[in-house]
Amino acid sequence: MMKLEAIIQPSRFESVKDALREVGIEGMTVTEVRGHGRQKGHTEVYRGREYTVDLLPKIKLEMVLPDKLVTTVVDTILKTAKTGKIGDGKIFISRVEEAIRIRNEERGESAL
Amino acid sequence: MKRAVLCCWFAIGLFLLALPLSAQQAPAAGSPASASAAAPQTSKEMSDKLAQLEQRVAAAQAAGDNAWMLTSAALVLMMTGPGLALFYSGLVRRKNTLAIMMQSFAMMGLISVLWALVGYSLTFGGDGPIIGNFSHAFLRGVGMDPNVDYAGTIPHLTFMIYQMMFAVITPALITGATAERMKFSGTVLFMTLWFFMVYAPLAHMVWGKGGFLNAAGGRFPCLDFAGGTVVHISSGVSALVCALYMGKRIGFPKQPMPPHSLVLSFIGACLLWVGWFGFNAGSALAANGLAASAFVATHLGAAAAAIGWSVAEWFKNGKASALGAISGAVAGLVAITPAAGFVRPMPAMVIGLAAGVLCYFMVTRVKALFGYDDALDAFGVHGAGGTIGALLTGVFAQQIVNPIFGPNNPVGGRDGHWAQVGNQVVGVVIAWGVALVGTIVILKVTDVVTGFRANEEQETQGLDISQHGEEAYYLES
Repeated sequence: MMKLEAIIQPSRFESVKDALREVGIEGMTVTEVRGHGRQKGHTEVYRGREYTVDLLPKIKLEMVLPDKLVTTVVDTILKTAKTGKIGDGKIFISRVEEAIRIRNEERGESAL
Repeated sequence: MKRAVLCCWFAIGLFLLALPLSAQQAPAAGSPASASAAAPQTSKEMSDKLAQLEQRVAAAQAAGDNAWMLTSAALVLMMTGPGLALFYSGLVRRKNTLAIMMQSFAMMGLISVLWALVGYSLTFGGDGPIIGNFSHAFLRGVGMDPNVDYAGTIPHLTFMIYQMMFAVITPALITGATAERMKFSGTVLFMTLWFFMVYAPLAHMVWGKGGFLNAAGGRFPCLDFAGGTVVHISSGVSALVCALYMGKRIGFPKQPMPPHSLVLSFIGACLLWVGWFGFNAGSALAANGLAASAFVATHLGAAAAAIGWSVAEWFKNGKASALGAISGAVAGLVAITPAAGFVRPMPAMVIGLAAGVLCYFMVTRVKALFGYDDALDAFGVHGAGGTIGALLTGVFAQQIVNPIFGPNNPVGGRDGHWAQVGNQVVGVVIAWGVALVGTIVILKVTDVVTGFRANEEQETQGLDISQHGEEAYYLES
């Protein structure tokens, strides 16, 4: 089982979500986050005072997948989340030790 | 047989003749004969009827005046709540939203009560040069009959409650400078003292009978139609003193502290603009041509100032911001306040434009230059705007708008009476002086009794939690 974290542009989120549903992924956790990599922020001015805003809004998707689905999901996200510009985001993949469904205490890949 | 027929014809003829004759009798009842019997046209009865008619005309005018003045009082209250409360709260950080609203709301409670108990009497009672008296304490003598010293066509109660709303909003303005770090207990004590030591004397001097700055008969007649000196200079200068005394917010100016919701500020500013018609046009104390003139001047002053600030900002930053536009409008409204019932519409726009540009520079350049933390620009907008407005009132006042010095007597510079600008300077200087001295004294007292500034932990945590035990936006519920 692998955990996949994807940080993407908020404007791409709906397309990514739809595309993932089409390949059979229905479980995910979505958080609104702020951050930046190399993308620059912008300046705001309030009554003469300047503020540099360099934490930009992004969407973070987290999902735990059976090993055999990882490649498909990565390809789907790469295809739908990409705009080609700086700020598109990143995908991180890590190994998961255990997954448990709380309702019936199922364990392992069938809990996903 | 022939004789009988002739007699019949003769009878019919007589009957037909009699008809018009008797008809003529009936209307005679309404013409000359009855005229002398039914008409109450003795000269006593005529003058009684005229007096009655005059009374009814006066009552109709008074009804119009009272309706307008009660509406104006409501409009001015709306300026405090929610106008000012929203305007200010949108500008502070989220953790201090409720605290600043609470400070305005507290004035609605506190000052209203103080006004009713003794405040009205101290401001408008008697005829002393500096302060009123206790003749109307507990609103004794304030009933439905007019107070002819101030507003002869509306109930005294109406005049009293209208003036109350001015007393409510003035201290609330000061909270803009002390925002995000002033204790609530200190606020309550400070505002109570400020009301007695600064507002009541100044309002009496400018508007009270016998007041020595009163335009009608004072030693230095100062033109202040709706409160440029009484409300804006007094609160603005006090705000500056408070900001200097209590010091900067923790982290100012390095830490970013942008407004948490300009939406709230926008709504508040628009409510202020609409409410200001009550503030300025209502100061005519009647539903008459002067009210119309003040209404128009107010609106044009606001519009021109919004443009002035926005254009200045557009030049300087390349963009006109929403915050700039609404701030400009408020600055214009402040500046036109003393002038509203004395100037024509075109000069009103000039005053607004000047205020928009000047206050923009006060807030963006002068504040940064001197480094004081007037958090929400109470001094930059009200102190500066009120000062420029009061001075320009002396320049642009005309007797054709308001013959306050008597029919055909010149009023301001536009009438050739440039000495009036000197009187305005006197009024401005006294307003500055009373506010400065009064505030310093009151600050010292407040600091000793309740403390004035929240401590570091309270300020960092946010005043909503530390002063009021609440959160403005409970995001988990």
